[in-house]
Amino acid sequence: MSAEETHHDSAEVAARVERRWATIAVIIIVMMALLAAFAGIHRATMPQPRVEITDPSRLHLSGEFVESNLGSVLEANGNVTVRAIGQQYSFTPACIVVPADTPITLRATSADVVHGILIQGTNVNTMLVPGYISEQLMRFAKTGDYLMPCQEFCSFGHEGMWGKVKVIDKTDFADRAKGGGRLSCVGQ
Amino acid sequence: MLVNRKLILAHFWLAFAVFGIALTLGAWQMFIRSPIGTWLSNPELYYRSLTAHGTVMGYVFPTLVAMAFGYAISESALQQRLVGVRWAWAGFWLIVAGSIMAVIPIAMGRASVLYTFYPPLIGNVFYYLGVVLVVVGSWIWVALMSINLRVWRKANPGAPVPLAMFANVAGSYLWAWTAVGAALELLLQIIPVAAGLKATIDAGLARIFFSWTLHAIVYFWLMPTYIAYYTIVPRAIGGRVYSDSMARISFILFLVVAMPIGMHHTFADPQVGAGFKFIHSAFTALVALPTLLTVFTICASVEIAARLRGGRGMFGWIGALPWDNPMMLALAFSFIMLGFGGAGGLINMSYQLDASIHNTQWITGHFHLIFGGAIVIMYFAIAYDLWPHLTGRELIDIRLIRTQLWLWFIGMIVTTFPWHWVGILGMPRRMAYFDFGDPAIAPQAFSVTLSAIGGFILLASGIMFIVILARGMRAPQIDAGPYRFALAVHEPKTVPVALNTHALWVALMIGLTLTNYGYPILNLALSSGTSVPAVYVGAQ
Repeated sequence: MSAEETHHDSAEVAARVERRWATIAVIIIVMMALLAAFAGIHRATMPQPRVEITDPSRLHLSGEFVESNLGSVLEANGNVTVRAIGQQYSFTPACIVVPADTPITLRATSADVVHGILIQGTNVNTMLVPGYISEQLMRFAKTGDYLMPCQEFCSFGHEGMWGKVKVIDKTDFADRAKGGGRLSCVGQ
Repeated sequence: MLVNRKLILAHFWLAFAVFGIALTLGAWQMFIRSPIGTWLSNPELYYRSLTAHGTVMGYVFPTLVAMAFGYAISESALQQRLVGVRWAWAGFWLIVAGSIMAVIPIAMGRASVLYTFYPPLIGNVFYYLGVVLVVVGSWIWVALMSINLRVWRKANPGAPVPLAMFANVAGSYLWAWTAVGAALELLLQIIPVAAGLKATIDAGLARIFFSWTLHAIVYFWLMPTYIAYYTIVPRAIGGRVYSDSMARISFILFLVVAMPIGMHHTFADPQVGAGFKFIHSAFTALVALPTLLTVFTICASVEIAARLRGGRGMFGWIGALPWDNPMMLALAFSFIMLGFGGAGGLINMSYQLDASIHNTQWITGHFHLIFGGAIVIMYFAIAYDLWPHLTGRELIDIRLIRTQLWLWFIGMIVTTFPWHWVGILGMPRRMAYFDFGDPAIAPQAFSVTLSAIGGFILLASGIMFIVILARGMRAPQIDAGPYRFALAVHEPKTVPVALNTHALWVALMIGLTLTNYGYPILNLALSSGTSVPAVYVGAQ
């Protein structure tokens, strides 16, 4: 065999090995994308699908986020809706009270700059962008207290912006919700 | 032959000088936010420092390294004198002017908006103008790289473009296009507000513009590192590039798919619908492809070197590698950090898993491991490799170089692994301090302390790096010979047009960006009532 032929043969081998590796790499990536699509569609685990807007300079005057409407409310169907606002440098309400074992919808927005809500020890994690409403579904299996820091830099007081989430027993919550109105655990 | 050594050295020295300053700030930040340094808990100073650290490390340092390396590649790979030297100097001085213009308002505490800007927080207008000047300076480099390649093509019609230059120009185009996102955000939205011409801004739209830049910029930082993997490492350790065409395909893939994926940074944002988030997630998965190809090709290239040195067996060849060669060491460290950082990245980009770590310390851990670790350690290697050719003097401190690389690797692991851990626990990032007295936060004190120690190891390594280079300027003179790049096992005699030119890929890059960003941007731009009042930083 001449040197030219050996060279040609080894080039063939190299190309074959390379193609195989490239195929494996592509398969890995396609699998990942398919898994994400499956989980998103079948298990409905996906980021917020709808875009809703709101005027941050009028939050306190009218609409969903006026002060009297903030906090947790028990809906007719047994679900709970929590409404909250982030502003430099606190959440309103600063302590959110919710029942365990109940589907909860968190609806929140920002009154000034970009903030974030993260509930430690859970997958609840969303941005608050002024002008837009963030919606996040959540459900807590156990009662207990959770820390809820602002996870996005919102200027000099960012490090002091910590809220709390208090998960209480389902029946306790139903008791407290009897009179209607909006619940929170601020000052408790 | 490197002719314009002064130009290249000026870029490198400015890059490493600002890197040294930003590294010191970084170590200081980690110290004061840890339980060992609570004596100075001034958040205001912390965020000034963080803005400076991020702005320098994100924009100035990697851009200057890419430019310096790009000029060196252009001269040595094409073997022709750099065309447009005066323009190159003009670009350099624009970056100097821009950096100074940006750093003054930062130091005065009037621009603590971090390097990602965060509208509607608005800092002093000169901070943004400074950043714009840095970018404009780098665009001159982009144009020069393109022009130099064109001049070479005219002189060598149809010949295969040397791999290093092909990749270098791909990197410059990637940068030119990805910088457009931040440029649009600055010019259309932020600067008019910062200059007082407007009082409101659409924070959601601004975040989308920034995401256009935010991820692809990482691949711009990555380009010099990948060029070093392919065209320096195999030569430095006595091997050959396994496949020239696979290298070209990897660089093209970066060019095409790195760009239209940035919205995975906004998974938790309310201003984009779920559909585009999924598309960007899938495209982000695709960008793992060129890295997987590269890992394979480089491991195979390294294996060739080991077998040439007498390595045998399935894995026996690994021991035959020249482990005392700094380039080998840097590559190994870089790959390990790329492996961990890349695995973390796959979690960040996934549509579902992102929620558990979004905006936590995990993210800080991830990008420090990739950029500060895998990428910057190869910047060191590039500088060490080029230095004798730039100075005409030998780098004699080989043992010191090895120690420096080891320290950087250890420092990066000690810094970032605890960050990943506390990130999973839900520790938010960008905090000036933590109340370690709170029983819920107290258990994280140990991890934060550990990463602060890592910060000081990194600082020590960074200082050693600068000392080694400075000593190299006074070492005995040698003739370093012409600067060479690694040869491929099968050097291409002809290359298909698609793998020898960029036009098709640039068109694809632009097309994909427009489809992936066009609708969300138009949608936000056309909807009214989403602009909010600006909040000026430092204004009382």
